Amino acid sequence: MLRLKNNFSIEHDIAGCGLCGIINIRKIRTNGEDIKKAIALEHDRGNGLGGGFAVYGCYPEYADIYAFHVMYDDLAAKHDVEEYFKNNFIIEKQESIPVFKTSKINDHPILHRYFMKPKSDREDRLLHDLGDDDFVVSSVMLINSEYDGAYVFSSGKNMGAFKGVGYPEDIADFYMLDNVEGYMWTAHNRFPTNTPGWWGGAHPFTLLDWSIVHNGEISSYGINKRYLEMFKYNLALKTDTEVIAYILDLLIRKHGLPVELAMNVLAAPFYQTIEKMEPKQKELYTALRQIYGSALLNGPFAIIFGYPDGMVALNDRIKLRPLVAGTKGDFTYIASEESSIREICPYPDVVWSPKAGEPIIIKTINTENISQKQRLIIS
Amino acid sequence: MTKSSFTNIQSEYLAVIDHAKCVRCKRCIQNCGWGTYSFGGDKIIADHSKCVACGRCYTYCPEGAISILKNPTVMRENGNWQDYHIKNIWRQSETGGIAISGMGTPLKYKKYFDHILLDACQVTNPPIDPLREPMELKTFLGKKPSKLELDFNEDGQPVLKNPMPPQIELSTPFIFAPMSYGSISLNAQKAMALAARALGIVMNIGEGGLHDEMVPFGKNIIVQVASGRFGVNRDYLNSGVAVEIKIGQGAKPGIGGHLPGEKIGADISRTRMIPAGTDAISPAPHHDIYSIEDLRQLIYAIKEAINYEKPVSVKVAAVHNIAAIVSGIVRAGADIVYIDGFTGGTGAAPIIIRDNVGIPIEIALAQVDQRLREEGIRNEASLIAAGSIRTSADAIKAIALGADAVAIGTAALVVMGCHICGKCHTGNCSWGITTQRPELTRRLDPEEYGEKLYNLINAWSHEMKDILGAMGVNSIESLRGSRERLRGIELTDSELKVLGIKHAGM
Amino acid sequence: MITIDAKGLHYKELNKIIRESIASGIKNVFLENVNGQYYIGDGIKGDNITITVNGVPGNDLGVFMDGPSIIVNNNVQDNVGNTMNSGKITIKGDAGDVVGYGMRGGRIYIRGNAGYRIGIHMKGYNEQIPIIIIGGKVGSFFGEYMAGGVMVLLGLNNSEELAGEYFGVGMHGGAIYLKKKIDFSKYSKEVEFLEANDDDMAFLKKYLLEYAKDFNLSSEDLIGGPFYKIVPSSARPYAHLYTSSSL
Repeated sequence: MLRLKNNFSIEHDIAGCGLCGIINIRKIRTNGEDIKKAIALEHDRGNGLGGGFAVYGCYPEYADIYAFHVMYDDLAAKHDVEEYFKNNFIIEKQESIPVFKTSKINDHPILHRYFMKPKSDREDRLLHDLGDDDFVVSSVMLINSEYDGAYVFSSGKNMGAFKGVGYPEDIADFYMLDNVEGYMWTAHNRFPTNTPGWWGGAHPFTLLDWSIVHNGEISSYGINKRYLEMFKYNLALKTDTEVIAYILDLLIRKHGLPVELAMNVLAAPFYQTIEKMEPKQKELYTALRQIYGSALLNGPFAIIFGYPDGMVALNDRIKLRPLVAGTKGDFTYIASEESSIREICPYPDVVWSPKAGEPIIIKTINTENISQKQRLIIS
Repeated sequence: MTKSSFTNIQSEYLAVIDHAKCVRCKRCIQNCGWGTYSFGGDKIIADHSKCVACGRCYTYCPEGAISILKNPTVMRENGNWQDYHIKNIWRQSETGGIAISGMGTPLKYKKYFDHILLDACQVTNPPIDPLREPMELKTFLGKKPSKLELDFNEDGQPVLKNPMPPQIELSTPFIFAPMSYGSISLNAQKAMALAARALGIVMNIGEGGLHDEMVPFGKNIIVQVASGRFGVNRDYLNSGVAVEIKIGQGAKPGIGGHLPGEKIGADISRTRMIPAGTDAISPAPHHDIYSIEDLRQLIYAIKEAINYEKPVSVKVAAVHNIAAIVSGIVRAGADIVYIDGFTGGTGAAPIIIRDNVGIPIEIALAQVDQRLREEGIRNEASLIAAGSIRTSADAIKAIALGADAVAIGTAALVVMGCHICGKCHTGNCSWGITTQRPELTRRLDPEEYGEKLYNLINAWSHEMKDILGAMGVNSIESLRGSRERLRGIELTDSELKVLGIKHAGM
Repeated sequence: MITIDAKGLHYKELNKIIRESIASGIKNVFLENVNGQYYIGDGIKGDNITITVNGVPGNDLGVFMDGPSIIVNNNVQDNVGNTMNSGKITIKGDAGDVVGYGMRGGRIYIRGNAGYRIGIHMKGYNEQIPIIIIGGKVGSFFGEYMAGGVMVLLGLNNSEELAGEYFGVGMHGGAIYLKKKIDFSKYSKEVEFLEANDDDMAFLKKYLLEYAKDFNLSSEDLIGGPFYKIVPSSARPYAHLYTSSSL
């Protein structure tokens, strides 16, 4: 049986890794070739036990409803989950996620996707007055923790995660990402250190429209987890990445923090830096640390965080993991290694490494969601 | 009865003088607060029955001529009837009195800190060098909102919508535990105040009021309001950085205190604001708190008096139902809850209480932190753990179990020379700590011992940074409540469960 | 001389060819289309050997190297000159983090900027003095636990900020020279900030001239003073940190 979930007897699954991201700020869509090439260059940062991609803008025809990507161990699990979906969602379309079996990836779970929205008369809404997003989050948590043999690995709008056990370049071939287009891509190559690979454990980790790829181990996992549990998050996967995703969900979606400030929670400035700030700013950052000390990500990390408005890259506050960025025209590239960027963009306009804990935030400019091909035809 | 058959209970210790070494300088006679030594014409004579093994005499003997030995005279060994059981029966049968003693329980209960091991990083995440890389111990005690509320200024920059609730800022997560003027000497308090000021931490003045000479240390003082209300007025409440309501003490949960009238000299009389020579009695309960809503009433009475500018702390002893009690205290509006464990110290307590009532701080803390998290109110108050923190390792384990900071009482007295002889209640402390006898208190130089206290907290802070670094985190808040970094050894499943930690190897 | 097209080559194949070439007596190795291959020059030993890299080499360039020279015409990634014993690495572009970790000898010349933890724990030993010269600016933890050797930070690009935070923390040997005066009050208390004297300049001259020549810079501009010098206040900054235990 394939492992969809972290049923290993461990508290905390940890991994080393490589990561890449590409964004076009005008939301011009490109296929998965470049991101595959870029992450393939970081082949040796992983060990073949986890690879994956997140792509934004890939489902323009269903942009207003949730796209669930679900992996199943067997048809019985699929039947059970679909029963839940039918009771609570209006399903506009469902289909197998197109895959191409290769010699590298031939043993895989049942992979299915659903384009749907919560029913307005769903029982939970009447009872708990949950918004659609909250309902989707609780549905994802419910399925992932309570339904054996089923795992939701993507649940956002007009975005999707494609991941599994294997090297990322093989995962890209498996999901035929050269046929998928998006304006923003992130990719991950995983090197798990205390479990064998499991399909759900590959990155990106997603929740609604957030996606996270992450390199490094969070040494503060224990308290980050307990902090999130106080806000009723169920950390079923026991991974660092899940913790990061939930912290961002809490800070940005639930507490309404601007993305920049949320990043300053994850990689909080040191008090000695705060000391030097203007009084108002000092007050704000001191409060940020006082309130969100348990959400500080401590230990080495680099993350790329995707959300519909853009991409954010961040490393830890003493820079123990690498992160390099480059831009060329409307494209920004982010990677663990400069050579990954050069592989797909040999002559970027500028290449730089962010400082420790200093987020790179690339926001999209509001334009229509069009593919590069269409763009060429128009111009 | 004029003479009892039990007056000659065997001396516990023998003060043995090597007369060949002794130069008859009589320093031992001056130093001993117990009157053990006298000069017998040509040599020093020791009355063993008075010796408490406080260690003062041999520390100050210039010739190293004094040895304090445990009296080798045996009582018949009996695993059940320990020697102290028998001696206390004799003593109590003499006087009909309640057996009292100073310091925390000397009995060998299981010390959970000694059954908890810490984690460190190897390869998958790196340890961090604690000396060269920044390593943050800064700690804020006080209520924290559950989320940040923001406004945006004209430049679109986020600013705080509401000021943060008042906080105590500590450079390192240690405070000096409450010990009142009366129970200890003014010089002992001053030593702690000097150290606290130099360290950027705070001391707790205890329940005996604030001596005039302590007023300048206000920025490093928590003032206490106990059931005796000694020295409490509006100015007192506003003279520190926080106010603490003392409900109980780990060494004597559920009972009050009693500073005998003979100790109430002019100075203590002025500080406690009671007439000289009268007993200073702290009733067992606050007679305005018979229920949780009454605690709320007092908390807010104090908050009104201090204009909501400082946090209010509530100190309780760790008893069986501590988790629910602390939850109630937090919901009653306390900004800080100080939990004093079973082995906590005291100036005087009935041993029946001290040795039998309460629960260990490790368990209390683990239960309280978990309960507050389950109720989603952990942010509403900070937790201070106390009750014989003997090393920085105890402190760091307490923090990983969920404490925001720890309080150091007995260890601070040990810095000042205390050998834990447990005779604090007699007022004869040869080290000048738990005494008001001027010839004894003046030997405690606040500057000298302030510096030693500073050194100790500095050393423990360095050790804490070493541990944080080994765990791969560079801020104390990343360890606070992180029980994943703790493992138990030699503990039962139930013990592991109440502590919320896993067994080593898991 | 040999030219190797590294395009698409895994580092294992590439480094094998390099090692075999050097073993066969080739002194000049040219690598074209390098992109991200790790360990170039790893542990190679010998005199008058030069490897020229076109493209961005991967991490651990010149690790354990003992004698040869590497010239990189582009940027480099992290861990350049890791535990290097002798030889020379010349970088025309920028360098990543952790340059010259534990470096015991040889020279690393960087024309551009360098990242975090440059010269971390580099150490001199007997007659070996490792030298790192950075043309631009550096990130935080510059010279962290530096135990020996010499670093020169030139700041030629006129950037506002010459170095990040935690400059020279734990430095207990060697010297750092700056071509620009900086406000050193905000940095480590374990080091002293002085003006370089004639002896210092006489020592630096040889290396600065070589640096100028390597990067086609005006040597007068480069060696013209004043320079500033940062040295540790103590070879044993932690002598008082420990006390013996009674257990």
